[in-house]
Amino acid sequence: MPSKPAIEFDHVTKAFGAHVAIRAIDLSIPSSRTTVLIGPSGCGKSTLLRMVAGLIEPDEGRVRIDGRSLAPAILPAVRDRLGYVIQEGGLFPHLTARENVSLVARLRGWSDTAMRVRLTELLDLAQLPTTALDRYPLELSGGQRQRVSLMRALMRDPEILLLDEPLGALDPMIRSELQHELRRIFRQLHKTVLLVTHDLAEAGYFGEDIVLMREGQIAQRGTLESLVDDPADGFVRAFVNAQRQPGTASEAAP
Amino acid sequence: MRSICALWVFASLALVNLAHADDPDVTIGSKKFTESVVLAEILSQLATEHGASVRRRSELGGTRVLWSALQRGAIDAYPEYTGTVATEILDTRIDDLRERLKAEGIAMSAPLGFNNTYVLGMREAQAEQLGVETISDLVEHPELRFGFSNEFMDREDGWPGLRRTYSLPQRDVRGMDHDLAYRGLAAGSIDVVDLYATDAEIEYYGLRRLRDDLDYFPRYDAVILYRVDLETRAPGVVTAFERLEDQVSAAEMTRLNAEAKIDKRPPAEIASEFLFHELGVQTEAPSESAWGRFWTNTWAHLVLVFVSLGMAILAAVPLGVLAARRERAGQWILGTVGIVQTIPALALLVFMIPLLGIGAAPAIAALFLYSLLPIVRNTYAGLHDIPRPLMESAVVLGLTPRERLRHVELPLAARSILAGVKTSAVINIGTATLGALIGTGGYGQPILTGIRLDDVSLIMQGAVPAAGLALVCQAAFEVAERRIVSRGLRPPD
Repeated sequence: MPSKPAIEFDHVTKAFGAHVAIRAIDLSIPSSRTTVLIGPSGCGKSTLLRMVAGLIEPDEGRVRIDGRSLAPAILPAVRDRLGYVIQEGGLFPHLTARENVSLVARLRGWSDTAMRVRLTELLDLAQLPTTALDRYPLELSGGQRQRVSLMRALMRDPEILLLDEPLGALDPMIRSELQHELRRIFRQLHKTVLLVTHDLAEAGYFGEDIVLMREGQIAQRGTLESLVDDPADGFVRAFVNAQRQPGTASEAAP
Repeated sequence: MRSICALWVFASLALVNLAHADDPDVTIGSKKFTESVVLAEILSQLATEHGASVRRRSELGGTRVLWSALQRGAIDAYPEYTGTVATEILDTRIDDLRERLKAEGIAMSAPLGFNNTYVLGMREAQAEQLGVETISDLVEHPELRFGFSNEFMDREDGWPGLRRTYSLPQRDVRGMDHDLAYRGLAAGSIDVVDLYATDAEIEYYGLRRLRDDLDYFPRYDAVILYRVDLETRAPGVVTAFERLEDQVSAAEMTRLNAEAKIDKRPPAEIASEFLFHELGVQTEAPSESAWGRFWTNTWAHLVLVFVSLGMAILAAVPLGVLAARRERAGQWILGTVGIVQTIPALALLVFMIPLLGIGAAPAIAALFLYSLLPIVRNTYAGLHDIPRPLMESAVVLGLTPRERLRHVELPLAARSILAGVKTSAVINIGTATLGALIGTGGYGQPILTGIRLDDVSLIMQGAVPAAGLALVCQAAFEVAERRIVSRGLRPPD
């Protein structure tokens, strides 16, 4: 992996009350590639992602982006370079799709022309019909909402895209279609992508670099093949088997 | 939305200014019972006749309100009774009144000529038959049934002292509403009631006044209380007041009361006739058509409701935002505006008088305070209920706190905030009727007069438009909701 790290977790620990969500994790995320965080519910994968977005501060250790430690003072500058997509899209229900996508650009003083040009590019990229732009989120399908959410995240051309189970709420047909398009978009844009999912097949489809987590620690990192063929321990084997053959998880567990 | 707010504020300020446009030479107040209203009208017409411009503040809610207003200069004069000044206002002996009042900057006229003290009354026929002329005569008739007003039952200068002074043996003594006591007497279910000496009902029901032969009751000589500074500010008015000294006998006052209360003639006409017959003064009885009065009341009511509501929105929305932002401050804010809500409206109005006088200003201040809770609470709830993922999306998108408030939080909470404003508006429309007790006018005025005259149609003239206004207001908010709340927040039709 030749590229330099875009995001680094340096001995990061985080507890919520008595529950320790992240245990002394060291992890570096390469730039211009897709890295997938995967693991069972409560393993801490979303917490890691939310730390990068500055929504959660670590109790111990540091999170660095391009070598700079995340601190409240630099968060605004960092967020200018982040795109963030969550499970239900997080679209503002009182704004139309167009307003959702262009809100921040407008507040930052973009000209109408610049916004229109960018919107056209994004429509093309996200394969969204123009007519959907003037609908409110409630009037869009689940798949369309995620496309709009992705457009909103990409509007200001961020260097880093954070996606927290972006397809988790979609039905299988739409999900598979969007998986395909997301991969095309990631490859086309060459951005640093950090994606959280609990679906191993999806993880393998998006990234060569998969980080499997368990109880706040990293269980194994590698390609889908290495996880399947060369599991580091019984947990990894169980996790892989559970996703491939329903019902075998408990037998395979250590 | 911003321009609507700006317009509202501007209009509110204009309205308040308008209300203070003309300052009269003298403002004359009255209590909310008929005799006081008639006397104040006589004073007003006489002062006008002496070249003064007069503002009337009729039917204010009780001794406390009038006294505070007089002290503060919100009114310059009003008719009062020596006994009331001594017991309720100053707590002193009648002989000291003039001195004590002077210390407060208040002057007292010579008595107007009648003593409106408590008297006991019986049906003329029964009194004749039993040979009862004085209160002492009642000692011989322990079987008589007494029905006294509730206030008289409790006051030290009422029943407890009366029974001791005369050693009255009667056991059947009941407290009841003053007006019901008359009916009980007429129906024969009670025999003796307490009366005011000039009650119109004395003649109407053919009652005998029993003489207070032991001089138990204090004197309630009618007088005029006025501010000492009136002597320099409007000497003509004081001269006018002097002309009334010793001009109104008890019989005369009883007749005037009967004309107002039983014949239901307008006090302005009664006052004008009295001045013509007694003093030979030709005065102008101010008259206003029913429609004119309706519009005046409507206007006054609208000013009260919407000025206070506008101010409340400006204060309550930021308070609600603060409450939603900071947990600790939030509990404090919600608690405080909640407590304000529990203060009885009349008490709050009276508290306001020393600060703001009488009229629209204290009423608006009180209504403002009452409007806070629904708006603060709904703003808080509206912001608090925004799903966390939405707020986090706004944060990570890079919106500043101010931008989040303006473009995300307030629009999302708009429906809830608007519902709070609507609640406040509707409550205000009802509560504003109480403003009449401190001289605001509005729909409370006909209600108050209607209660005084036992006139249901007059009460309706206030109650029906107030209810109508509440309905119109509800409808207006439905329209406003369509304009202000994003279509995206409404379920698709």
